[in-house]
Amino acid sequence: MNKALIIALSKGRIFKETLPLLAHAGIYPQDDPNSSRKLILDTNHVDIKLLILRASDVPTYVQYGAADAGVAGKDILLEHGGAGLYEPVDLRIARCKLMVAGRVDDDSSPENIVSGRRLRIATKYVNSTRRYYAEKGQQVELIKLYGSMELAPLVGLADRIVDVVDTGNTLKANGLKPLEHIVDISSRLVVNKAAMKMKHRKVKAFVADIMQAVVDGGSKPR
Amino acid sequence: MNNDHWLLPEGIEELLPEDAQQIEWMRRRLLDFFSTWGYELVIPPFVEYIESLLTGMGNDLELQTYKLIDQKNGRMMGVRADMTPQVARIDAHQLARPHPVRLCYIGTVLLTHAEDLSNARSLMQIGAELFGHAGLESDVETLSLMLAMLKKIGIENIYVDLGHVGIFRGLTKQARLNEVQEGALFDALQRKAAPEIDVLLQKFDIGQNMKNMLSQLMWLNGSRDVLPQARDTLKSADQSVHEAIDALENISLQVQKYNPDIQVNYDLAELRGYHYHTGMVFAAYQPGVGQAIAKGGRYDHIGEVFGRARPASGFSADLRALMHFATNSSRQIFGVYAPADQDDGLQTRIDELRQSGERVVRQLPGQIGDAAAMVCDRRLEKHNGRWIVTTIG
Repeated sequence: MNKALIIALSKGRIFKETLPLLAHAGIYPQDDPNSSRKLILDTNHVDIKLLILRASDVPTYVQYGAADAGVAGKDILLEHGGAGLYEPVDLRIARCKLMVAGRVDDDSSPENIVSGRRLRIATKYVNSTRRYYAEKGQQVELIKLYGSMELAPLVGLADRIVDVVDTGNTLKANGLKPLEHIVDISSRLVVNKAAMKMKHRKVKAFVADIMQAVVDGGSKPR
Repeated sequence: MNNDHWLLPEGIEELLPEDAQQIEWMRRRLLDFFSTWGYELVIPPFVEYIESLLTGMGNDLELQTYKLIDQKNGRMMGVRADMTPQVARIDAHQLARPHPVRLCYIGTVLLTHAEDLSNARSLMQIGAELFGHAGLESDVETLSLMLAMLKKIGIENIYVDLGHVGIFRGLTKQARLNEVQEGALFDALQRKAAPEIDVLLQKFDIGQNMKNMLSQLMWLNGSRDVLPQARDTLKSADQSVHEAIDALENISLQVQKYNPDIQVNYDLAELRGYHYHTGMVFAAYQPGVGQAIAKGGRYDHIGEVFGRARPASGFSADLRALMHFATNSSRQIFGVYAPADQDDGLQTRIDELRQSGERVVRQLPGQIGDAAAMVCDRRLEKHNGRWIVTTIG
């Protein structure tokens, strides 16, 4: 395994948008994760493999060295804390925003005292949300959810939500509107610290290729 | 009834006979080995007051330390999460010798949060520290001793990562960054987060030349050719930065001369333990393992809080983690199985064997299990009125 380069990716948008960058670095997967059930994909290089993971698991695999490198959204990295990882490249893919959203009738003022109690915020990004409100000097109650956050304000589970917003269509479809912009999100190339040190030639070359791919716009093959 | 009273807390491990024997073998071997290098063993306490345990060590160690109240006086005590400050205290205050002091130690430390994949929160920390000498020679000695320690227990294929916190410290001082700016840059640099570093540098009111040097720092890592590259990239940096690079090269050359088998990687932006390290930092890695297996460096100011600033350089490792990579292991000790007979001659023979260091296991009347189950490969048998040891065929 030590000679190989293992790259962790998540299915869906990140995988799709990472492919052109990998192609630019001369790496092509031999299977399509959408049609194959394989979780380890071979590439045109015998010593480069792709792991297909849940997005939120990518930092964990890379932190512990189960993968040498990976692609993870900044939202996931902010939540994970980034221990044990390097994040050398902003891939400028899978862009979106981490936002506070509320019901369309939420007049968002006065901010804290809706009815004399703390705001309840539903989110899967509990660390980022806690940090955001703490920096604003506001005490809120957090409700950890794993998905379908948009539902929470509608059924009275929470006052507002914190979630990633791309087009805003899901919010609109559920009678919600964006209220506050927390941070811009895009995917990052992450690298295991020990891999960077022990396989520095291979890893640095890979990082350099991917950086170049980002600069070139990722579309043109080499 | 579902009984889970046997369940241990998360990350709290115990060692069963086979592992216990192996780790004890390693412990004896390494302490004897440290002694041949002139390192004296000290045994610091498991708990002490929080002030002496944490002073000068930064916030990370504070979070890692379990605290309890001394019921005798209401003061806060901590269960040690790292023995290094304790040993520094012993050198600075308890021993107070004017000359160089070499100390080694082994003991259990307790962490609130596991730091690596093993999830372990109770580690067996082993380490060695050299106090009272500020030159490169003592860095060379502690790094060499760390490598020798790993080799002594049969760890091969060692990768060493070398850095020097004086490089970042010198650059931030030259750029006159304030504490908040330095902290933000430190955080981004530790993650080699190039996009964030560039955003930060844009906001700082510093010269373009300084910005270039600080933004290039994260890329200064790799094999030895990174050093000339660094001298070029950082050519307008203060003298102290260049001294740090020279120190790094000198130490590395001396250590590699006697350890030609190790792979060396330089990382000029490695800032592990930045809050207390003052010079070179080093760590040993193993292929296929995502975290360092042993680490150390120079920390010259810890003694100050105990009344005496002493230059210091040292390293430590978790002996339990090392056990998994050790290829040298203790032999399994097979014993002599003695029957349950009441016989004076038998008892005398057993005593003789035990005196000579043999492991003798006495059978218990009516017990379950034979000699093999009791880990014996020989037995005592009576032939012509004499008890003799025969091999079990």
